[in-house]
Amino acid sequence: MSVRINTNSCVGCKKCIEVCPGNLIKLKDGKAFIKREKDCWGCTSCLKECQAGAIAFFLGADIGGKGSTLSTRAQGDLRYWIVTDPNGIQKTITINTKESNKY
Amino acid sequence: MLKNLSVEQLKTDVLIIGGGTAGCYCAYTLGLSGSHKVLIAEKANIKRSGCLAAGVNAINAYITEGKVPQDYVNYCKKDAKGIVREDLLLSISENLNDVTHTLEKEGLVILKDENGKYVTRGDRNIKINGENIKPILAKMASESDNVTVINHVNITDLLVEKNRIYGAVGFDVNEAKAYVIFAKAVLMATGGAAGLYRPNNPGFSRHKMWYPPFNTGAGYAMGINAGAEMTTFEMRFIALRCKDTIAPTGTIAQGVRAKQMNGLGEIYETKYGVATCERVYGTTLENKEGRGPCYLKTDVISKAQEEDLYKAYLNMAPSQTLKWLEGGQGPSEQNVEIEGTEPYIVGGHTASGYWVDNNRATTVRGLYAAGDVAGGAPQKYVTGALAEGKLAAAGIEEYLKEDFELVSSNVWEKILANYDEYLNNPIGNITISQVEEAMQKVMDEYAGGITKSYQFNETGLKLAKEKLEGLQQVLNTLKANDTDELLQIYEIKERLTVSLSLIEHLKARKETRWHSFGENMSYPNVDDNYNVYINSVKTGDGIKIIKRPLVVDDYKNIIFTFNGDGNIQYAGGEIDER
Repeated sequence: MSVRINTNSCVGCKKCIEVCPGNLIKLKDGKAFIKREKDCWGCTSCLKECQAGAIAFFLGADIGGKGSTLSTRAQGDLRYWIVTDPNGIQKTITINTKESNKY
Repeated sequence: MLKNLSVEQLKTDVLIIGGGTAGCYCAYTLGLSGSHKVLIAEKANIKRSGCLAAGVNAINAYITEGKVPQDYVNYCKKDAKGIVREDLLLSISENLNDVTHTLEKEGLVILKDENGKYVTRGDRNIKINGENIKPILAKMASESDNVTVINHVNITDLLVEKNRIYGAVGFDVNEAKAYVIFAKAVLMATGGAAGLYRPNNPGFSRHKMWYPPFNTGAGYAMGINAGAEMTTFEMRFIALRCKDTIAPTGTIAQGVRAKQMNGLGEIYETKYGVATCERVYGTTLENKEGRGPCYLKTDVISKAQEEDLYKAYLNMAPSQTLKWLEGGQGPSEQNVEIEGTEPYIVGGHTASGYWVDNNRATTVRGLYAAGDVAGGAPQKYVTGALAEGKLAAAGIEEYLKEDFELVSSNVWEKILANYDEYLNNPIGNITISQVEEAMQKVMDEYAGGITKSYQFNETGLKLAKEKLEGLQQVLNTLKANDTDELLQIYEIKERLTVSLSLIEHLKARKETRWHSFGENMSYPNVDDNYNVYINSVKTGDGIKIIKRPLVVDDYKNIIFTFNGDGNIQYAGGEIDER
């Protein structure tokens, strides 16, 4: 379980560095990188902060990961969660943040 | 003279160590009254730090219609087999609804029916969208002019003179800078301790655990080293979770009423009892006796229910939804495998933590504790931690009315010299992660971890103690290249301190009251002589155990008193063993 930061999309705004509850993301050459990827809790706070959409989340093979990634973006009251499989096929789940969990 | 760190000195009325659930709510409450200068020192950033980083699935502690606060107390007492502080639980229960309503007012989405009433999930729970609960709390905490937040500062030591607190010392995790903070009162709100035991996924996903891996028991360790009394560490917490992702099971179990089922297809849900520890024990035993793996039987739910589960998990534990989608089979097609986690010390779920009085004062004058770091009151969940933050704020306001001289000494120079030592140590063969691995292995194998089905005995505990003491020596030789690595060293140092206290607690309760949580194979039965609290205080001669009478039934609220020289005079009575 960890995150991957796309250096090409990263704009170096440091928001992910600021928010990570484990202080795991640092800055190198003006871009964010995850210094200790094994120490990620998987909270996805950095994904939610990143306006550039540069951060994606994945499961390690030891917990069933098969190479897909999870990314997210928000628009108004809606939050989109996008799962992209290794072939690039996407599935999006849309959550209205003003609605409660049903369970 | 320090070679590595610059030093900044700060002064405040109230220092809050840890801006998580309890710390933020205490700051919010003190902010409303506005009479004191408040400083939150947070290891990461209060926006997403602590247990609520990813969100939370429900409000699990709420007094629903037709119930009264005492009902909640009774539930907690029964679940913990009597080892609770009723006075603490009642004061929490009386505040659960108030803090919930405040959060709703500040933006938390709570599900309501057509009459505007909260929709409940069971007797004590209400349904919410808890994804943004921490940003809401963080905003509430920092809104008042009298509250300042310093993020990315890790506090390591308390400043205490004659049993009275006067501040704390820490360092910036990103810069070569130390902080010496002088304060009249301190709230400890650092959360519980994860990472003591070898985790479920020891490899790449080692931090994919139930509790925040960044909560490393700093608050307990600082208190232990300052001579504060701790209680009931031996009631460890083990969560029953979805396998691999360690995501919550309650949403499935309570939400779609899925039952616990073993590998033979038998429902064992109520076979071992329904207390929190027994649910873990049942699953552990089914596995141990060859009837695993164990599941939550979900293959009967509808596609619509499955879609709702995907959303619910994205709002609190996104890895589970990813796992379902990536694996190609959702819970309607495949039962969800479950497992017990490694044990944690966490006062929001069991009764482990600081021994506090009804104002949340600890046995060190001016030091208060709230949330997961405070003991005696299990099943706090989020709202209980908020309630304790509120109660501690009231206690601190009262304390600050006292007239006392703020003592001062230069002890902090010694603490800074410790930082410097790590930064100047030569590079050796032993690394930070080796020591962590060694500690977790010892705890797993000799102090009742996952691979030992949570069981331990006296001989093993003795060995664990020796090995951990050896590791403490090794730890002193570790090299930190910067304050980021210094943080990692301190996170292990804290866990070693907590583990050594935990071992003394496990030894001292010579019975098995809670399966799995405290499975003492040297004493496998319940013993009524242990209808007491096991407390501990670290002294110059080691860790001293104190047994105190239960505060249940016809009880009086405990309020600590101190004598002329500042030492504790009354802390709830003591059971004389002679």
